[in-house]
Amino acid sequence: MIRFERVSKWLSGKFVLDNVDFEIRKGETFVIVGPSGVGKSVSLKHMVRLLTPDDGHVIVDGESISDASGDELARIRKRFGYLFQGGALLAWLSVAENVALPLREKTALTNDEILAKVHETLKLVGLENDGAKRPGEISGGMRKRAGLARAIITNPEIVLYDEPTSGLDPVTARTIDQLIESLRVKLGVTSVVVTHDLHSALTIGMRIAMLHGGHIVELCDPDKFVKSSRPEVRQFLEAQFITREGSWERNIT
Amino acid sequence: MITREPENFPPPVGMFGALGRSAVFGCRETGRAMMLFVEAVLNLRSVLTRRARREVINQMFVYGIKSLGVITVVAVFTGMILALQTGIELRKFNQEVNIGAAVMVSMLREMGPFMTGLILAACVGSAMAAQLGTMVVSEEIAALEIMSINPVRFLVMPRLAAMSIMTPLLSFYTCMMGVLGGGLVGMTQLGVSWEAYMRNATRFADMKDLYVGIFKAFLFGMIITTVSCHEGFATKEGAVGVGMATRRAVVASFLLILVVGYFITRMFYYS
Repeated sequence: MIRFERVSKWLSGKFVLDNVDFEIRKGETFVIVGPSGVGKSVSLKHMVRLLTPDDGHVIVDGESISDASGDELARIRKRFGYLFQGGALLAWLSVAENVALPLREKTALTNDEILAKVHETLKLVGLENDGAKRPGEISGGMRKRAGLARAIITNPEIVLYDEPTSGLDPVTARTIDQLIESLRVKLGVTSVVVTHDLHSALTIGMRIAMLHGGHIVELCDPDKFVKSSRPEVRQFLEAQFITREGSWERNIT
Repeated sequence: MITREPENFPPPVGMFGALGRSAVFGCRETGRAMMLFVEAVLNLRSVLTRRARREVINQMFVYGIKSLGVITVVAVFTGMILALQTGIELRKFNQEVNIGAAVMVSMLREMGPFMTGLILAACVGSAMAAQLGTMVVSEEIAALEIMSINPVRFLVMPRLAAMSIMTPLLSFYTCMMGVLGGGLVGMTQLGVSWEAYMRNATRFADMKDLYVGIFKAFLFGMIITTVSCHEGFATKEGAVGVGMATRRAVVASFLLILVVGYFITRMFYYS
C-alpha cells in the first residue's frame, strides 16, 4: 500500500534515510522503532509529503506522492489521517471544533450531521464530556486522543501515528494501543506507528521495522523481533528490559 | 508560501560571499512573501462563505478594535506635540492660530497613516508572526496541510481582509484623535479658540490629503500582514525561532512602511 523505493534524505549533515526500501501492506499495523534522531518521524512525514526525498520515491497505491502536486497531492492526502506527537490541535478552537474542522472545511455535511459525527468520534476516544474544553485546558493524553479523533473522523484508509504513547501514563498508553487496534479490527485501517515504546510496538505491531544509521536493520513480526540477534535490536530491547526468552502475546482487545 | 524542507548550504567564502548570499536570500524571501500575498488575494473570493466572514470579523476585532486604546493615546499625544512645537515657533510671528492647519495636514498626509502603521506593526504584526510561528513549531500548520486545508486561505486571507479594512479606518481615527489633541493644546496652552483652530484646520486641508492618507494606510495594512505571515510561516527552530521571526516581522514592517510611505508621498505630491 505504501512503498519506500530507495528513499534517501540528508538532514543536519548526515543521511537520516539512506537508500531505504520497505513496503507497508494494506490493513496491517506497521511499527517503526529506533533510537531518537534516526529518522522515524522523517519517514512518517515522507508518507504524506510533509518532506520530500532527496532521492527515491514514496509510492502510495501505485502513485508517487513524492512527485504529486496540487489536486493530486490533496487527493492522496485525503486517504490519510495523522496523529502528531503533541496532537497539533488549534489552540483557539475547542476540542469538538478541532475534531469537526476537517468535516466543516472539506465536506458538505449539515451542522447536525457534523455534531453527531463529532460526538460519536469523541465517544470512541473517551472524550465525549470534554468537547467544550480548549486544548490548553486538557492533559497531554487527552490532547493526543483529541488529535486521534480528528485524524479518524473522515474515515481515512491509512492512519499515521507519531509517538502516540510517549509522555503518557501506562494506563492511558494502553488505551491508545487499544484504540489503534480497534480501528484496524473494526474499520480495516492501515496503521503506521512510530514509537520508542517497545511494549506498545510488540503489542499492536503486526510487523516491526527498526531504523538505525539511516537503514532498516530489522523488519519482521514481533516474535522474531524479540529473538533477533542484530546487536542494535538487542541493545534496544535490553534497554527496555525485554529479553529473548520473554514471551509476548497480543493480549489486546 | 510555506517551506518546510531544511536547507543544506556550505558556509559562504569570505565577506563578499556572505554578502552575496544575503542578497540572494533577501531576494528569495521577498519573492516568497510576494507569492504568499498573491495567493492570499486569490483566496479572497472565499471570504463570501459564512465561516470566512465570521473569521474576518473576528480578526477585525482582535487586531483592530483591541488596538484602539494604544492608538488613542499615541494619536492624541502626537497631535499635542505637533501643536505645541509648531505653536511655539508660530507664536514668534503671532501666527499661532495656524496650528490647526499644521496639525490637520500633517496628520492626514503623514502622521496618521505612519503612526497607525507603526503601532499595528508592533502590536499586530508581532502577534501574527508569533502565532503563526508557534503553529509551525507545534505542527498545527502541517496538520492543516494533511487535512487538505490551505493554510493561506484559512489563516492569511482573513487577516489580510481584516487588516485592509481596519488599517484605513484606524488611520482616519488616528487623524481625528491627533487633531483633537492639537486643539486641546491650542486652547489650553496657546490661547487659540476651538472654533478658530477648526476653521483654520479645515481651510487648508483638502480631500486629496485624506484620500492619500487612507491609501497609504491600506498599503501599510497589507504590508504588515504579508510580512508578518511570511515570517511566521518561515519559522524554523522552536521558541528561539518564533522570537526571531517576530523580530524580523516588526523590523521589516517598520522599514517597508517608511520606504513605501516616502514613495507614495513623492508620487502624489512631487511632480
